[in-house]
Amino acid sequence: MGGYILKRLLSAIPVLLGITVIVFLIMAMIPGDPATAILGSYATPENIERLNRHLGLDEPLWRQYFIWLGNLLQGDFGRSFALNRPVLDEILDRFGATLILAGTAFVMCSLLGILAGVIAAAQQYGLADKIITFVVIIGISIPSFFLGMMMILLFSVQLRWLPASGMYSMFGGGDLPDLIRHLIMPAIALSVVATGVIARLSRSAMLEVLRQDFIRTARAKGVHERRVVWRHALRAAMVSIIPVLGIQAGFVISGAVYIEIVFQWPGIGRMLVDAILKRDILLVQGGVVFVAACYVMFNIVVDVAQSLLDPRIKT
Amino acid sequence: MRAFLKLLFRNRLAGVGAVVLTIIVLLALLTPILPLHPPNETNTANRFLRPLAEGHLLGTDHLGRDLLSRLLWGTRLSLAVGFAAAVIAAVIGAAIGIIAGYAGGRTDNVTMRGVDMLMAFPYILLALAIVAVLGPGLMNALIAVAVVNIPFFARNIRGITVGIAHKEFVDAARLAGMGHLRILTTEVLPNVVPVIVIAMSTTVGWMILETAGLSFLGLGSQPPRADLGSMLGEARSAMITAPHTSLVPGAMILLIVMSITLLGDGVRDALDPRLKSGALSRPLPATVVERDHVPATRGAGLLDIQNLETQFQVGKRVYRAVNDVSLTLEPGECLGIIGESGSGKSVTALSVMGLVASPPGVITGGAVRYRGDDLIGAKYERLRSLRGDRIAYIFQDPLATLHPLYRVGDQLAEAIRSHHAVSQREARRRAIALLKDVRIPNAENRLRSYPHELSGGMRQRVGIAMALANEPDIIIADEPTTALDVTVQAQILALLDDLRRERGLAILFITHDFGVVGQLCDRVAVMYAGRMVEEGPTEAVLRAPAHPYTARLIACVPELGEGRREMAAIPGLPPAVDDLPPGCAFAPRCDKATDACRSGEIVLEGRGARKVRCIHPEQSLEKTA
Repeated sequence: MGGYILKRLLSAIPVLLGITVIVFLIMAMIPGDPATAILGSYATPENIERLNRHLGLDEPLWRQYFIWLGNLLQGDFGRSFALNRPVLDEILDRFGATLILAGTAFVMCSLLGILAGVIAAAQQYGLADKIITFVVIIGISIPSFFLGMMMILLFSVQLRWLPASGMYSMFGGGDLPDLIRHLIMPAIALSVVATGVIARLSRSAMLEVLRQDFIRTARAKGVHERRVVWRHALRAAMVSIIPVLGIQAGFVISGAVYIEIVFQWPGIGRMLVDAILKRDILLVQGGVVFVAACYVMFNIVVDVAQSLLDPRIKT
Repeated sequence: MRAFLKLLFRNRLAGVGAVVLTIIVLLALLTPILPLHPPNETNTANRFLRPLAEGHLLGTDHLGRDLLSRLLWGTRLSLAVGFAAAVIAAVIGAAIGIIAGYAGGRTDNVTMRGVDMLMAFPYILLALAIVAVLGPGLMNALIAVAVVNIPFFARNIRGITVGIAHKEFVDAARLAGMGHLRILTTEVLPNVVPVIVIAMSTTVGWMILETAGLSFLGLGSQPPRADLGSMLGEARSAMITAPHTSLVPGAMILLIVMSITLLGDGVRDALDPRLKSGALSRPLPATVVERDHVPATRGAGLLDIQNLETQFQVGKRVYRAVNDVSLTLEPGECLGIIGESGSGKSVTALSVMGLVASPPGVITGGAVRYRGDDLIGAKYERLRSLRGDRIAYIFQDPLATLHPLYRVGDQLAEAIRSHHAVSQREARRRAIALLKDVRIPNAENRLRSYPHELSGGMRQRVGIAMALANEPDIIIADEPTTALDVTVQAQILALLDDLRRERGLAILFITHDFGVVGQLCDRVAVMYAGRMVEEGPTEAVLRAPAHPYTARLIACVPELGEGRREMAAIPGLPPAVDDLPPGCAFAPRCDKATDACRSGEIVLEGRGARKVRCIHPEQSLEKTA
C-alpha cells in the first residue's frame, strides 16, 4: 500500500510541472510589457526595473520559467500589487474558507448523489426513480449562481432564516454554529449540480452492476435484498463512481468561484475574480497554480481510495 | 430517420425538450424583426417596472430598459456565443484528436500527455487565467470557454480515430498510394463526424452555462450589451427590491440548459439499442409471477416441478423459454437436465427459486413444490429464507458469479450468516471447514483470497462450498463444469458425487454434455426449444435413446478408445422460441420427420420411468423398458 501511494505521489510530479508550464505559457501571452501589466500603468520606472530583474523578464522565455519555478518552490509566489502583500500569504488566508465551503459541498454531493442514485436504480421505473430523475434534470440544468440568488431571496429576505452573505456574523459571531448558519446555503447551492451528476452516474452504474452474475449469486445465497443492493451492488458500483467523484471535485471547485461571489464568501474564488478585474496578474497566476496543485493532490487521494476498494488494482 | 424521430418523441421528456428548444431558438432568430423596444433604450423614469406593466410585458430593469427585449437579445447572444464556443472547441479538439490518433506513436503520446495536463485543471481556473491575460470581454470569454473544452473533444475523437486508423479500408487506401491528408479527409473524417456532432450536442448546454457564468462574474460581455449571464449579474444588486430582473434571465438559462439536456438524453437513448431490448433494466429480487391457476398438487418428490411455464416478454415479443415442463426430484437423487443452449434448461433451474431475471422474465404457469409447498408466487421473505438454506445453487462461471471485491472467506461467512445468527468467529470456523470439505488445501489462508487470485477449479470449489454452507436438501447446479478444463471438470464431478453420497443431497444437474450426465446422474431429462422431449433412467436413455434428438446428442459425445467414430454434428439450428412451429420443434432438423410431425400437439408419453415426445421414436419404449 505504502509503495502504491509513493508511486502515485511520484507520478504527480510531471503533472504538477506540466501545470506550471501551462500557467506560465498562458501568462506569457499577456500583450505589451509584462512588468507594466503586473505593476499597473502608474508604476515608477525603478519598480519596473526591479521587477524585471527579480522575475528575469528580460531573459529568454525558458529562463524566465525556471526563475519563476525556482521562486515557487521556495514559496515565493510574488507580490500582489493591488493588495501590497505577498501572494502566498493572501492565498493561505483565503484557502481555509474555500476548503470549508468546497469540502462541505463535496461531501454533501457525494453522499446525497450516491444515495439518490442507488434508490433510483433499486426502484427503476418506480415512483422514487421518476421523482429523482426529474429533480436531477432540474438540478444539473440550474446555474448555481442563479440558484444561490433565489435561495437568498427566499431564505434570507423572505423567511429571514439564514444570513445572506459572509462567513461569520459581523457582530457577536465567530463560533461554529455561526459558521454553520452561514455555510448552509452556499454549500447547498454549490453541491446541487454535482449531486445531480453523481446521482445520474450512480444510477446507471448500479443498473449495470445489478445485472451481473454475482448479484444473482448473492440472491441465490439468500442474502436479503437490502444487503444485495447496499453492499454487494453498491460496492461494485463504487469502482466506477469514485473516479467520477474525482472529476466532480473539479466542478465543485469551479462552482465555488460563482458561489463565493454570490454569497460574498471570503475564499480564493472571489479573490481570483477580484484580481482579474484589478488586473492583479501575479495574484491570479499564484492562485491558479495553487488550486490546481491542490486538485492534483486530491486526485491522488481518490486513486488511493480506488485501490483500497478494488483489490484487482495492482498495488 | 423517421424511425429515429419516432423513438425520440416516444420519450415524452425529450419531446418537450425539443419543442421548448425549438421555440427558444426561433425566438432568438426572429428577435431583430419582432416589434420590441430597442434593448438599450434607457428610460430612468420607468425604472424597475413590474412584469405586465403597460408596454413592458416583463417589466423594466434598473435603467428602465425593456426586459423582454433585453431577454430576447440576451438569449440570442448567449446561444450564439455558446454555440460558437462549441464549434471552435469541436473543430480544434477534433483536429488534434484525429491527428494524434492517426499518427500514433510519439506524436500521439506527447499530444495526449498535453491534453491530460489540461484536464488536470478544474475548468474554471484555466478559463480565469485566459481571461486574466486577454482581459474581460465577451470575445475573450468565448475563447476561454472554447479552449477549456478542447481537451474533452481531443480525447474522445482520438479514441475513435485510433479505432478507425487500424481498419482495413484505411490500410487499403494507404496501399493504393493515397496521401495522409487525403486519407484523413476522405476515409477518416466522414466516420468521425457523427461522433463530433453527438459530443457537441451534449456539451453545448454546458458551454452556454459557462459563458453565462463568466459574464455573470463581469468577465464576459460588457455593458451596455448583455447576454443572459451579465443580465443576471447586473440584476444582482437589485435582487431584493426587484427580484423579477434576476428571475427573468435566470429562468431563461435554466430553460435553455434543461431543454438541451432533455433532448440530449433522448437522442442518446434513442440511439442506444440496449434500451429498446430492455437490456438496461435491473432484475427484481424475485421473478415476476403471472399465472391464472395453480395446478393441483401431486404430492410427489422432494422437489416437484409441475407444468412450469416461463417466458421472456420483450416489447410485444414473447419468448417461451420454458413450456410446460414437469419434473420430480427425490431425496438423494441426481437428475440431469440436458439440452443445447437456449433449450430452456437453465431457465427451468432458475425458475425454481425465482432467480430468472425479471424484467424480462415472467413465470406464467405451473407450480414448483418443495416438500409440498408451492414456491411460485411465494412471498419474497419465504423465498429468501429457502434460497441457499434448503435449496442452493452452483453457477457456471465462478469468476463472474463470485463477488470480485470481497474475500472468499467473507462470501462464505455471509452465506451462513444470512440464515443463521452465528458470530463472525463461528462463521469463519465453519467457512474453513467448508473449504476443507471441498478439498481446498491450506483453507485458513485461502479464506483471505479474492476470487481473481484463485484458479478456475479453485473458484468453483468455493462456489460449491458456498452452496453447501447451510447443508441444503437440494443443490441446483447450472453447468458447473462448463467453464473448466477437462481434468478440473473430472475432479469437480467426482467431488459433487462424493458429497452427494456422503450427505444424501438431491442434485438437479444442468448440462449440455451427455458425457457428464453419464458420470453423475441417475435420471436424465432432455429439453429442446423449451419443452421436455425425453425422460428416463440415464442408463436406459444412453443405451437406447428414443427421441431422434437425444440420439443425435449422444452421438456428439466422443469416446476414448472408440477409434474413428463419426462425430455427428446436428445440422441446422434450434428454432427461435418466440416463433415455434406447430408440432414437433425438432422436425425441421430431423431426418425422420413426416407431415404428421409438423401439425398438432405431440404429447410426452411413455411407460414407467421412460417418456418420449415423438411419433417416430428410434425405439419402441416397450422393448427397452
